[in-house]
Amino acid sequence: MAVKIISPGLSTTVQDLGRPGYYHLGIPISGGMDRFALRAANMLVGNDEGAAVLEAVFMGPEIEFTQAATVAVTGGELPPKVNGDARATWEAFPVKAGDKLSFGFLKSGARAYIAISGGVDVPMKLGSRSTYTLGALGGHEGRALKAGDTLPLGQGGTGKGAIPANLRRGPGNPAELRMLPGLYWHRITAEAGKQFFADTWKVAPEADRIGYRFKGGKPLDFVPRTPPFGAGSDPSNIVDACYPYGSVQVPSGTEPIVLHRDAVSGGGYMMLGTIISADMDLIGQLQPHSPARFVEVTLDQALAARHDRQAAIARVRDHLQR
Amino acid sequence: MSIRFSFGGDEHIFAEVSEEMSLEAFFTSLSMTNAVKQAGIRGVTEICPANASFQVKYDPDQIKPNDLLRELQSMEGAASKSDATLKTRIMEIPVYYQDPWTHETLMRFRERHQDPKATDLEYAAAVNGLGSVEDFVQAHSSQPWFVSMVGFVAGLPFLYQMVERKRQLQVPKYLRPRTDTPKLTIGHGGCFSCIYSVRGAGGYQMFGVTPMPIYDPNQQVSYLQDEMCLFRPGDIVKWKPINRDQYDADIEAVNANTFLPTIREASFSLTDFNKDINGINAKLMEVLHGR
Repeated sequence: MAVKIISPGLSTTVQDLGRPGYYHLGIPISGGMDRFALRAANMLVGNDEGAAVLEAVFMGPEIEFTQAATVAVTGGELPPKVNGDARATWEAFPVKAGDKLSFGFLKSGARAYIAISGGVDVPMKLGSRSTYTLGALGGHEGRALKAGDTLPLGQGGTGKGAIPANLRRGPGNPAELRMLPGLYWHRITAEAGKQFFADTWKVAPEADRIGYRFKGGKPLDFVPRTPPFGAGSDPSNIVDACYPYGSVQVPSGTEPIVLHRDAVSGGGYMMLGTIISADMDLIGQLQPHSPARFVEVTLDQALAARHDRQAAIARVRDHLQR
Repeated sequence: MSIRFSFGGDEHIFAEVSEEMSLEAFFTSLSMTNAVKQAGIRGVTEICPANASFQVKYDPDQIKPNDLLRELQSMEGAASKSDATLKTRIMEIPVYYQDPWTHETLMRFRERHQDPKATDLEYAAAVNGLGSVEDFVQAHSSQPWFVSMVGFVAGLPFLYQMVERKRQLQVPKYLRPRTDTPKLTIGHGGCFSCIYSVRGAGGYQMFGVTPMPIYDPNQQVSYLQDEMCLFRPGDIVKWKPINRDQYDADIEAVNANTFLPTIREASFSLTDFNKDINGINAKLMEVLHGR
């Protein structure tokens, strides 16, 4: 009841829907960066939507099965192959004991979700199987997978079907990331605020599960101030505070960083606002150098977008249950 | 102090008690987060106190953001009036200042530092008007520190020095953050010291290392079997300078899982502290040393 990792890809980790409840200790929620794709992959193979899957970034792993199972690959377009024969993404396919799953080159997106019927059954840590590599917690030995690792699988259900393109979700080009301004927005000038939303940014090479850095926009002008005691002298410094998931910090006013599922829980940089929950999945599919814009929204628009995303998940659920 | 609330997207409410750091702001933040915890508000999933601010994460499908905001605002009056006392712990943390590992690391990142010709400790001594590294270590380790936040990464404590503001050590962070910091480095940025619980990026000045684990995801370390993270906001810490021989002996004990930190129950009243800082600190030292 297991899979063997023949080669791990670039960075493949075990992820589920995360580990809420420990952010006050600096332990982030973790879990799949693109949770829409993670849920869809699990639905295709007949798992609970929150079962543990493999999240592969940019490059697929090579895996050998020691038992028959159903597999589905969603998220970024990373073409799967079974014993060298192509299989479709966003579609359930069977594998037999001894079969090898490998992948072609990534065609779009950044992260693929590989769900296996039964789910990856690594031990639960603080209520989740997700890997938090910085804290060496959860997943398989608290780290990204290596060649030679063996992962246990749970008892599998059965799954079938495919999710057509019109029911999937992914970022546009340029990606439009909706943001609710707030937090320390008042620290920048009105002109800088307008420019921030007008600029087209590019994903920087420093983009990982902790956060995504963006470059290429105009540096921000700050409202002058006397530094508050304990904050630090840079105009972007604050007395170290909590960071919301999705919050957009701009150290020294130059390159915005959007914190993601493995976020640092706090620190000393001002934040301009927060990417809304509905668009967090999209960030997980952005490759370095891809263009992105920040789009200002209100709280009501953020809540409406949240419901739209939930409706999109419900449509996938309904489609597969028909 | 009037709390400034702001929505962090659709899932967080961020609250700044004060722009500047003070123990008063910390205590208001702590009583607010305790009050939110006790209220057991439906839909609230995470309650995070910070130095002079706090954050509540919630599920907007269960509680409307504006309803939660009103609930938080209604708690503000009681929290700011509450008695700033704590039943807490005082613990001694051994520190090997000027160790070879942070030295090797800081030499690799000199181009990101304000003063590439000096070490982090030499720079910290100079900007605080202290004559030598030894004077700085004395100023850093002679009085206790207050854990005013846990976070950044798993189990990392932010520590605020328990002395009058004019005596507090302040050092700017690196010009650009390092990509590497040894595990268990004692760092300092702004007015805060910290202990880096894991190896990784960091922008604080590096002063030394402790042999004492403070985070254990495998829960094997004898005193970290119930909780992975040692520190809680409100803990009080006293640094104990040690030399290389003591460091090596402590590491040996850590590896044999026989290392036992000195941790004692203590109580703290902000009002009493503000009346007589030196007297309260002296009493805390008596508690720590079991006298």
